[in-house]
Amino acid sequence: MTTTPVVRALGELAHDRAHATTARCDCDPPLVLADRPDGTVVRSGPVVAKAHAPDADTAALASRLALAASPGLAGVLLAPIGTAPQARVEEPTGMTGSGTSGGYAPGAGHRTVSLWPYGEPVDPADPDAAPWEAAAALLARLHRTVPPGPLPPMRGPAKAARAVARMCRARPGDPDTAPVLAAWRGLPAWARAEEGTPPDRAGFLCHGDLHLGQLVRHPAPHGPWVLIDIDDAGLGDPAWDLARPAAWYAAGLLAPETWQRFLDGYRGGGGPALRVPGDPWPDLDVPARALTVQTAALALAKSAAEGRSPDVVEQLMIDACVRIASLPPELTSERAS
Amino acid sequence: MIQCPKCHAQMNTYNRNGVQIEQCSGCRGIFLDYGELESLTRLESQWAQQAPPAPPAPQPYPGQVPQAYPAAQAPAWGAPHQGGHHGGHHRQKSFGRMLFSS
Repeated sequence: MTTTPVVRALGELAHDRAHATTARCDCDPPLVLADRPDGTVVRSGPVVAKAHAPDADTAALASRLALAASPGLAGVLLAPIGTAPQARVEEPTGMTGSGTSGGYAPGAGHRTVSLWPYGEPVDPADPDAAPWEAAAALLARLHRTVPPGPLPPMRGPAKAARAVARMCRARPGDPDTAPVLAAWRGLPAWARAEEGTPPDRAGFLCHGDLHLGQLVRHPAPHGPWVLIDIDDAGLGDPAWDLARPAAWYAAGLLAPETWQRFLDGYRGGGGPALRVPGDPWPDLDVPARALTVQTAALALAKSAAEGRSPDVVEQLMIDACVRIASLPPELTSERAS
Repeated sequence: MIQCPKCHAQMNTYNRNGVQIEQCSGCRGIFLDYGELESLTRLESQWAQQAPPAPPAPQPYPGQVPQAYPAAQAPAWGAPHQGGHHGGHHRQKSFGRMLFSS
């Protein structure tokens, strides 16, 4: 991977924080953990620096960072180093990009940076060993916590809408997108980010983008599991945080026993998303359909960008959209729409 | 709790692919709400169309024990064959990637 100015600047910021400048330095070079348009993450020893999305709302991001730093969420969300955004980095505007900028002044191409302690992630080579119960218990605690301050809406529906738009750009007029679009149109307006969340479902603290990459052990490598990445966190329907595993299960990807462990962990933790004992689907149906559409849309967008057909697993998510699109309306357990 | 109109024993609620079914704990009779028989019939024909040869369709006739229903409920649009762990190395690797991405 080529080192971009943003990656270099993050490496320097993380390293500066890792130890006193007067100390003798035998640190390993900074390691890029992620480099995507919506977030660049670089680690230097015990410190991780993240440049948030260039289009991130600065005030909303500040309140999300304050949420992660809130004492009431210690042990649930990884706390940042310092509560305020730490710095800003400049996105290169041409071949001659620059590094760290001074101050927090927003400007075109500037990305807010936050600093975090390093946590040990889930082993991607061993998803069966993933901490499904811990994830469920953490979500239950998060959802039960009274919001400590003003927060923007959870961005789950907005991310689904963004994925569908990306698919349409990547495959304009492609008939393969038809079932995904049909499943999308069948969702209530709030799940498409066109309206606010219904009042009976809104107001809960939500993560907004749960997957197995959002769990780390802190302190590394043997500490308890905590949730990371607050960029999409906020107030909303807590069922949304259960909806990605629900979508995998419904598509036939996640083993029923794994799904049941996750559900039991959430219910055991007193999570408020599932309102009745027994069948969870009346509460999960709408968000799980939205996450199925989102995953299928991203699969079609990414495979188009890579000049290939969707692989067998991606196709299962698209097949789920076909079934959703052909569903008689009385068979959706949809509520509040 | 609903009482069975025939033998007055307690009826238990089960979910069959998103359709609520009440079954009597005594005589095993089945109670369907308005529209539910139509929903089940439609589901059955969808399964037959989508997955030939059709799996032995679960028939909610009196006499079937509730344990025959799947332990974990699924939505009406769920995959006909819930499974997860069948499939080769490629499938596992691809699902592994999906587990970790937004």
